[in-house]
Amino acid sequence: MADLNPVSLWRRFLTLPNESRTKTLAVAFLVSAVCAVLVTVATVMLRPIQAQNRAAEQQARLEALIAAVPGISDLIAQSGGAALSTVVIDLDAGAAAREVTPETLQAALAEPANWTTLSAAEDIAGIGTRPDYVQIYLLRDGDAVSLAILPVVGTGYNGRIQALIALRGDMRTLAGVAVTEQAETPGLGARIAEPLWQQGFAGKRIADDTGAVRFAVARGKAGGEHEVDGITGATRTGNAITQMVRFWTGPKGYGPLMAAIRRGEF
Amino acid sequence: MAATEGLWNTLTAPLIRQNPVTLQILGICSALAVTTSLDTALTMSISLTVVVVLAAGVISAIGRHIPASIRLIVQIIIIASMVIVIDQALQAWFFELSQRLSVFVSLIATNCIVLGRTESFSRSNPPLPSMVDALGSGLGYSLVLVAIGSCRELFGSGTLLGLQVFPLADQGGWFTPLSLMLLAPSAFFLLGGLVWAIRSLWPEQAEASEFPAHDLGEER
Repeated sequence: MADLNPVSLWRRFLTLPNESRTKTLAVAFLVSAVCAVLVTVATVMLRPIQAQNRAAEQQARLEALIAAVPGISDLIAQSGGAALSTVVIDLDAGAAAREVTPETLQAALAEPANWTTLSAAEDIAGIGTRPDYVQIYLLRDGDAVSLAILPVVGTGYNGRIQALIALRGDMRTLAGVAVTEQAETPGLGARIAEPLWQQGFAGKRIADDTGAVRFAVARGKAGGEHEVDGITGATRTGNAITQMVRFWTGPKGYGPLMAAIRRGEF
Repeated sequence: MAATEGLWNTLTAPLIRQNPVTLQILGICSALAVTTSLDTALTMSISLTVVVVLAAGVISAIGRHIPASIRLIVQIIIIASMVIVIDQALQAWFFELSQRLSVFVSLIATNCIVLGRTESFSRSNPPLPSMVDALGSGLGYSLVLVAIGSCRELFGSGTLLGLQVFPLADQGGWFTPLSLMLLAPSAFFLLGGLVWAIRSLWPEQAEASEFPAHDLGEER
């Protein structure tokens, strides 16, 4: 007669020789199950705190970027102390998205259908896919847009680089930049996160008068109004920034939106 | 009394005499990668020590029941789960640090020190000595990391734990940071120097030369 008492079953299991197939399978299963539960519990319980951390950091970077743009306090004062407005835009259309709002953006981006796969020729920033909807921040002076803050992403030397770039109302002049996430080499590429380097972006022009994108991180000292200083020993990080800015201000990035703003349609 | 002494020996042996990094040359990948500043080195040391102690405890507790045929994978699963939990905890409560440690916390799972201790010691010893042994190894690793980390941060950026120690030349001081210190090769140089220094002080650590240069025809 089979003994179904769990305690004695457990005892019998423990006394099985270690080499027996039953015990091998059971140990493997039990260890995996316990570990899976442990990992799942930790991940799920801590996720809200992690999301909060990321959001708080993003917000802090945004505020720091806005504060660092020269003359921004005057602009805000002129527009009657109005804060930035948050808009979700449809990148391909270059206009405000109809169905997606800042609240539903996260859910929309969970859908693979709302991402565009980039071909090798288009994908100069090395990001593979690009979201169709992006949340941007606009500051208005009357009806015209006087400042646009656009999130960008690219692939650096050690991993993803995320940044915010601020463009003046003409959509050709940079007002500032803030790197929100990077994993570059500390002391070299990671210096892109330093304010001293980021200050070099203010007033630089992305495109020339014909509209051709000319922005670049120089190798060494910047020459001309389209270049910012390179960082010694971080050429690849610098190139990544160049490609990232060029991609996102190009036709697959914010190009359509920038054209619409320039035409005064936004 | 003898038992306490035995434990004390188990704990202190890996600090210098049997140091896992300088004697066994284990775990140097992460030791080189996270030592660009002292605080990342410290966090990495603490994380590794916690993982190695917990893993040693768990594995020695169930060690008698781990079938020999799957023992490595069972150990790896236990270690990897603990690493994920610690990584998640760091991301929740020490967000800034975890950003800078990036992948290296997850790579504790592949650190040879952890698997080496569980495989060679914990599996066949009771929990208390295993955990003491693991703590010793963790501290030995930490010691090397902290030494190299302080050196690299001090000479690479003139700071310690983010506090300015040497006034920088571009801020009106006298110290020009050595960028080389922040690159991986400098960690090799420092580690090599450390190994050399330790083996000069304790000559019994030096290994016999496996490939003596007979062909050169020189008198040794």
